[in-house]
Amino acid sequence: MSRPPQPPAPAAVKLVTAFGSPFAHRVEVALTLKGVPYELVMEDLANKSNLLLAHNPVHRMVPVLLHGDLPAVCESLVIVEYVDEAFADGPAVPRILPADPYDRAAARFWANFIDNKCLKPLWLSMWSNGEAQERFVRETRESLAILDAQLDGKRFFGGDALGFVDLAACTLALWLDVLQEVAGVRLVVDGEYPALRRWAKEYTSDETVRRCLPDRDQLAAYFAANKARFTSLVHAAVQQQ
Amino acid sequence: MAEEGKGEVKLLGLNVSPFAIRARMALRLKGVSCEYLEQDLFHKGDLLLRSNPVNRKVPVLIHDGKPICESLVIVQYVDEVWAAAGDGEGTAILPADPYGRAIARFWAAYIDDKLFPALMGIMKATTEEARAEKAKETFAAVEQLEKAFAECSDGKSFFGGDSVGYVDLALGCLLPWFGAVREMFGLEIIDAANTPLLAAWAERFGETAAAKEVLPEPDKAVEYAKKLQAHWTAAAAAAAAK
Repeated sequence: MSRPPQPPAPAAVKLVTAFGSPFAHRVEVALTLKGVPYELVMEDLANKSNLLLAHNPVHRMVPVLLHGDLPAVCESLVIVEYVDEAFADGPAVPRILPADPYDRAAARFWANFIDNKCLKPLWLSMWSNGEAQERFVRETRESLAILDAQLDGKRFFGGDALGFVDLAACTLALWLDVLQEVAGVRLVVDGEYPALRRWAKEYTSDETVRRCLPDRDQLAAYFAANKARFTSLVHAAVQQQ
Repeated sequence: MAEEGKGEVKLLGLNVSPFAIRARMALRLKGVSCEYLEQDLFHKGDLLLRSNPVNRKVPVLIHDGKPICESLVIVQYVDEVWAAAGDGEGTAILPADPYGRAIARFWAAYIDDKLFPALMGIMKATTEEARAEKAKETFAAVEQLEKAFAECSDGKSFFGGDSVGYVDLALGCLLPWFGAVREMFGLEIIDAANTPLLAAWAERFGETAAAKEVLPEPDKAVEYAKKLQAHWTAAAAAAAAK
């Protein structure tokens, strides 16, 4: 008696990542939301492997997604959209970006705003000094205020459920606090940005997110161990501006 | 013919803004008629400030009274809303397959994150040394895009294949500024010797109906660059005086 034909096994998914990367975290949450099994390939960013350099020659950064035999997909938000589109089948599979084109445009706008107007100056503010640092602090705080207002009583940026913008903002849910502690830079004074603080609790309590969040103490240790390296990288970047 | 009943479309732009050019070309590719409102970015109007309170920049697409901001967000929106429309030349701006879309989005982001700031750095530089540094960065980015073109085009005319696509718009909008940099500083950003594929692509892009309609002459960009330089100088002087 012959066996019925088997459907082809789904192509394997590997995620090249590094401990503590909020950008890789975005992709892990996306894959987990979609119920896609994946294997993590850990990188040491101070000592990049040939695999990483081969798959992401342009930026040499994590995350990098390897889906079956396809060449690498790079840049975290590009990967998240890819995951949303490539793994869309199935009635129970949640959407990461909304269905409506206008809402999708709004989600892309805010994700772009978070990356460029909030997270870039945030990182620079932690490891710089003097006038440049003051400028970055100011810029970050302005952006935090805008995001706080944008939440406008919603549970998540995406509404009732996690979405694209929440993933984009993940740094603000855990990494922001840890960075402030380790770098000794106070961006947020007690009581400020109440909507953002509420959102951070919702985000870090979410069942899917918790499976992908790094341990807080380990994250603090990682930043502390790399403080000198980050400071020198940021110093060089500021000189180039 | 644009689809009927898709609502009222306005675009706030600036003739030389590469970002506004992307949005205008996307609408043109889809045959969408829109009311184009040229903005004065040195004296921003109410409609711009109300429609884009966060960034106060062009382009802004206003569709049935609802604003959409950020050029690449607008291009994707236009591609999705007017999905079936077009002038018959091949109408999708982004390809249908998720991997192709990811690669297009990757290179468009690269253009915005690496190429554009370096190019503007050439304009903004106040010393020859700084200018040379930014020129080096710009050439490095263009060399990457030469490789990207070889991969994406797969032997065809455009990054998007047979017709203008997402990355073509993302890069093509900078052609007037490459021309301006040639006129102002004698730098050939897309040099036929170093980047032959892009040089040939640039000519083909410039010949498309949409580009002919929307791309300004480089001397318009030169004119605007001089205004910007005066503005930057004044701003720096004001900051130094404080």
